[in-house]
Amino acid sequence: MQDLTDAFVELVRRAATQLPPDMEEAIRKAKEREEPGSAAEGALDTILKNIEMARERSTPICQDTGTPIFEIHYPLGWSTRALAEQIRKAVAIATERSYLRPNAVDSLTGENSGDNTGEDFPTMHFHEWEKDTLHVDLLLKGGGCENVSAQYKLPDARLKAGRDLEGVRRVVLDAVYRAQGKGCAPAVLGVAIGGDRGSSYIKAKQQLLRPLDDRNPTPQLAELEERLYEEANELGIGPMGFGGKTTVLGVKVGTQHRLPASYFVSIAYMCWANRRASMDVTAEGEVQYA
Amino acid sequence: MHKLTIPIPDEEIRALHVGDTVSLNGIIVTGRDAAHKFMIEHFIRNPVAPEDEALYEELKRLLNGGVIYHCGPVVRKNADGSWTFVAAGPTTSIREEIYQPEVIAHFNLKGVIGKGGMGPNTLKACQEQPAVYLHAIGGAATLIAQSVREVVAVHKLEFGIPEAMWVIRVEDFPVVVTMDSHGQSLHEAVEHESKARLEALLGV
Repeated sequence: MQDLTDAFVELVRRAATQLPPDMEEAIRKAKEREEPGSAAEGALDTILKNIEMARERSTPICQDTGTPIFEIHYPLGWSTRALAEQIRKAVAIATERSYLRPNAVDSLTGENSGDNTGEDFPTMHFHEWEKDTLHVDLLLKGGGCENVSAQYKLPDARLKAGRDLEGVRRVVLDAVYRAQGKGCAPAVLGVAIGGDRGSSYIKAKQQLLRPLDDRNPTPQLAELEERLYEEANELGIGPMGFGGKTTVLGVKVGTQHRLPASYFVSIAYMCWANRRASMDVTAEGEVQYA
Repeated sequence: MHKLTIPIPDEEIRALHVGDTVSLNGIIVTGRDAAHKFMIEHFIRNPVAPEDEALYEELKRLLNGGVIYHCGPVVRKNADGSWTFVAAGPTTSIREEIYQPEVIAHFNLKGVIGKGGMGPNTLKACQEQPAVYLHAIGGAATLIAQSVREVVAVHKLEFGIPEAMWVIRVEDFPVVVTMDSHGQSLHEAVEHESKARLEALLGV
């Protein structure tokens, strides 16, 4: 098995410093929609300049480089232990090179490990698959937007939200309202329906890896995604919570089987800096980034 | 665009209103969760211990008429031992709501920079001091780092790089006034309007 440490460092660098083109394009279009001279337009203009500058200088788009979340699909016979070691080494190197802020803090002592490694840090999920290639997705999930992420248990009497897609719609809009600008709107919402409390949040975050133009193959969910996108923007919270036309840039919904007793809806709120990057390693050992 | 230089006189603070854009210049200090907790416990609510005297005097000098920035930067240590800010956008301010009014009053702060806005206690402190809340653009970290011309000093580095108190000289740091010294808060207004829209969408 080849040593992919350097490739993982490059993956981290790309995720931290280069916003995916679909995100940048969506922010550009959002800026055109805002009132000229408004605080909302000014915020999006600053954001666009920052994106360009970060890419050119190869410095972090946002200083909160977040929790690095790796989703790893690996072929039969690969060692997940070896991959995990290489990933941990890579985030430490990336921290040393200032692509990442040291973000791993001991929950008891408050001590920062200094290199983004620690107990269950960074986050890694391994999935063996049938292909002979390795595919790794990386999401850098910031803390400000993580703090406004939310989980609801349906039914929710306060919101008159029952156990159906209308109930889901109601709680998602409530979550966007409650977040206001604190999660660095405009946001991308990853929503998961079902699962248990833990699996539901993981599923919600995985939705953030989907491109903005990815249409949900399930028609009811595709319709819900579009409706939530329109309605969340009607709330008028706007970029940074300054008021304005763009509060979300996309909504992606996934489902999981659940227990008869439980109906969870998890909303992974992602800031405009939806930093996702992916990498493939062919059977011949060639590394490609996307 | 208002150009402000630290220390900021009260009349310049009173002249600012919600929605004004400001270009900030001078020496500011970063402080977030650990720093605020520390200042409250070691300087404000309890007698200052002998080993903290020097830092206390330094902060009193820097923050009198000055500005605190809710920020945990990405930094680079240079070969000569000096530091450079690589990425330095604002962090969410509301976590400091329980500490901020006391810190504003104790040090005579004229401004707090952050993102997401703060609550009624800070708004009241802004009226009384007077002071303003200045909203930086969340996530615009590389761009804002260009405004940081010099890292003058760093205190409490044992809190970790994000939580340390960095003394920095900024030039043309772009911010927007979202809470002024006249009791106005853009955050309160947007929350109020969006609540009405949410209720309309949910039919409640």
